[in-house]
Amino acid sequence: MARPLINTAGRIARSIQSSSRRTYASHPAKARLNIPTDYGTTPLLSHTSKAALANPELSQGAKNGTTSRINLFSAINAAMAHALRSDDRVLLFGEDVAFGGVFRCSMNLASEFGEARVFNTPLSEQGIVGFAIGAAVEGMRPIAEIQFADYVFPAFDQIVNEAAKIRYRAGSNAGMDCGGMVIRMPAGGVGHGALYHSQSPESLFTHVPGMRVVIPRSPAQAKGLLLASIESPDPVIFMEPKILYRAAVEHVPSEPYTLPLSKAEILKEGEDITIISYGTPLYTCQSAITAAEKDLKCSIELIDLRTIYPWDRETISTSVNKTGRAIVVHESMVNAGVGAEVAATIQDKCFLRLEAPVQRVAGWSTHPGLGYERFNIPDVTRIYDTIKSVLDY
Amino acid sequence: MIADSVEADANEVHSRLFLNTENLGKGGTAAFLEPRQSDVLFLPCEVRSFCDPSFSSKSHNATHVTMKRSIAVAERSIRTSHALRTGSICTSCQRRWNSVSQRPGSDRVQFPGAVNSRFTTDLKFARATEEDAMPTFRVLDQEGKLVDKNREEPDISDEEALRLYKDMVSVSIMDLIMFDAQRQGRISFYMVSAGEEGIAVGSASALNPRDPIFAQYRETGIFRYRGFTFDDFMAQLFATKDDTGKARNMPVHYGSRKFNVHTISSPLATQIPHASGAAYAMKIQNLQNPTEDPRVVACYFGEGAASEGDFHAALNIAATRGCPVLFICRNNGYAISTPTLEQYRGDGIASRGVGYGIDTVRVDGNDILAVREVTKKARDLALKNGGRPVLIEAMSYRVSHHSTSDDSFAYRAKVEVEDWKRRDNPITRLRKWMEGKGLWDEEKEKELRSDLRKQILTAYRKAEKEKKPALSGLMSNVYAEPTEEQIEQMATLRKVIQKYPNEYDVSEFDGGLDGLTLDKK
Repeated sequence: MARPLINTAGRIARSIQSSSRRTYASHPAKARLNIPTDYGTTPLLSHTSKAALANPELSQGAKNGTTSRINLFSAINAAMAHALRSDDRVLLFGEDVAFGGVFRCSMNLASEFGEARVFNTPLSEQGIVGFAIGAAVEGMRPIAEIQFADYVFPAFDQIVNEAAKIRYRAGSNAGMDCGGMVIRMPAGGVGHGALYHSQSPESLFTHVPGMRVVIPRSPAQAKGLLLASIESPDPVIFMEPKILYRAAVEHVPSEPYTLPLSKAEILKEGEDITIISYGTPLYTCQSAITAAEKDLKCSIELIDLRTIYPWDRETISTSVNKTGRAIVVHESMVNAGVGAEVAATIQDKCFLRLEAPVQRVAGWSTHPGLGYERFNIPDVTRIYDTIKSVLDY
Repeated sequence: MIADSVEADANEVHSRLFLNTENLGKGGTAAFLEPRQSDVLFLPCEVRSFCDPSFSSKSHNATHVTMKRSIAVAERSIRTSHALRTGSICTSCQRRWNSVSQRPGSDRVQFPGAVNSRFTTDLKFARATEEDAMPTFRVLDQEGKLVDKNREEPDISDEEALRLYKDMVSVSIMDLIMFDAQRQGRISFYMVSAGEEGIAVGSASALNPRDPIFAQYRETGIFRYRGFTFDDFMAQLFATKDDTGKARNMPVHYGSRKFNVHTISSPLATQIPHASGAAYAMKIQNLQNPTEDPRVVACYFGEGAASEGDFHAALNIAATRGCPVLFICRNNGYAISTPTLEQYRGDGIASRGVGYGIDTVRVDGNDILAVREVTKKARDLALKNGGRPVLIEAMSYRVSHHSTSDDSFAYRAKVEVEDWKRRDNPITRLRKWMEGKGLWDEEKEKELRSDLRKQILTAYRKAEKEKKPALSGLMSNVYAEPTEEQIEQMATLRKVIQKYPNEYDVSEFDGGLDGLTLDKK
């Protein structure tokens, strides 16, 4: 796969720094809603050690430990370091992971654990995933990295026809499965990723029984969910919102811990609307909720799906049966996206309680063209407006 | 002012988001990890022996699942990681040089992508057709006589030769019976191995029974050699309750944990990169468990499958990672209707191996003793110097139709097929050799064939009457544990069957409707 952004990223970054005027990713001067997320104050991140350790899902050991303030790529790095240290079956490989990875997630791991366990592969996604499957069925626990989710498609056959089906087709031949295999990939919009450095192909994998699809929203979550994915007896696709790699910084428990898969998390309780999302858009949802609750005098429940498939249907239906209104928000295209599955399930489970049609705020049915990202990815205004129309329905 | 500071933040986020290539050598712009420059830039360069006992680690505990810390685990992990780190397990994975520079006046070019390439002023394209095709190794001629009288007799006991012969004949008789069974509608599908029994049985006989195998689908002989009984075959073909695949796969898609053969899947070539990864697992496990015999992986595929991208991916990654894997290509001249001339224009599959830096050999697939010898040597080679892949191209002819869904006379002449059947096939060639040694005669042949036929038909009749597996097989094993969604769906299906009992026949399934359960453990 061609990866032009890697080579031009530095040039782009320098040109931004040297110029007082930006040519992209700004917001209008009078904007009140569509302003960038302030990751330094958002309530979705733990800004103190105390807040981080208050998470009831943490193991006792993690709760009693310390925290460090790190970003998302460092949390991924810490999780992988722990996995490599505690289980000699864990391998980490992909394109350019040995020197630390193009997003720095595997920094220092090759030097600490050796090039036999942390290594570069040739540039071939179907090879990387096929290789991981073979290692997994022979008892290893491989973490395979696809450099960008946009380049996972050459491995689609290996994921859908092989990884997802191996246990099923092996029947009672115990142990012939891909448990422990995790395919990590940076996903989602990044401001200037255009067609092939922006995609979020999760819904293509939620259509595949046998795979688990996980998307974390924060450093603390990334660590816990990644360790749970590596422990999982099922193969996992782990999508990392790349825009959060450096942007999202929070206190993360230093001890190893896992967070449950297939379990949604209620981030904020509310009475009038349930907003369901995952990954980066949760921050946008939070901003929209703050504005809407102030302006419209309402109370909104925000739920992070965390595991996109098999997903926590019960938490969502319980919430919507309480609020009577639901909005699903995701970055990728609305057509046959995760929102379609969630909305259909809600109308099935909550039909008698629904007071407004379930709404989906998602990417439009187009491609992520470079110049149009801010009009394509769901923004605060679109979510705010949807909240308004759902309340007014 | 507020807007300005937000903009500045966003600016910083953007500028940090992707790697600043200028700062790469200094460990990038990472603000939260302080990379040590030497660690980041240079991999360990020591090249030490794979088998050096000073790098051995404690026995690898395959059942260890928990990620919780324990002193024992930490100790073992430190030892293993030390072994894996300092005793580089892969000589071929190492960088071939530490720095690239062009000495003035050198007659060799030192581009990083092709070291030691000689300069030339003679503009000449390398031509694919200039040389003869790669030679085909054989031990026996078509009359079952040693081709090279000066060579030693094949290294095989009489007992083993008889076993190879019987296994080949078993497969060929089962093929005839089951092909007809499909024609009569008794089973849904079948694929025979006719003409290629020698490749599967011969190569399997040269492997260790613990060597994992990945197959395509025309390698029934492997399963027979590893220990599949006729009951095992029939359970899979008739999809009975005794099928370890739980009646989920099409016929001929065998698999067995007991015999270390991974379940066959229909997508072509997908198993080839699996074999590379499994071989890498062998390599690590061989190092972690030095007291156990080292293992290799064997992977089978046809010459048509070798056109898939997965073939390329697999051979390349196996070569770069030094994986102990034998890639065994059955080149039988056809991929369904497509002849090799429409499949490739190089010298078969063998010529490609060299391009990947893989030791390669071409062998006469109709000569089971040659296949056996080649596989044996290849296995030794694969384990040398920390491990490496070997490519074997076994030449043969697909005597049969592609499958029961194919009539091959629509695209090739019957006379061509008859000619191959009569002139050269692995079973008659080994038979002639055994007869030459006084090991075999017409009487024994008759007895063997009649006995095998009886055994196969007994297993056939038994399987035909057997129940199908429990209906839970519809949804179990998709995940390690059933999901809430699946449990709900099974309850829905149960209700529908109960509501419309005349529309469904559950009696042929083990336990009937009671088998339709999916419980969380």
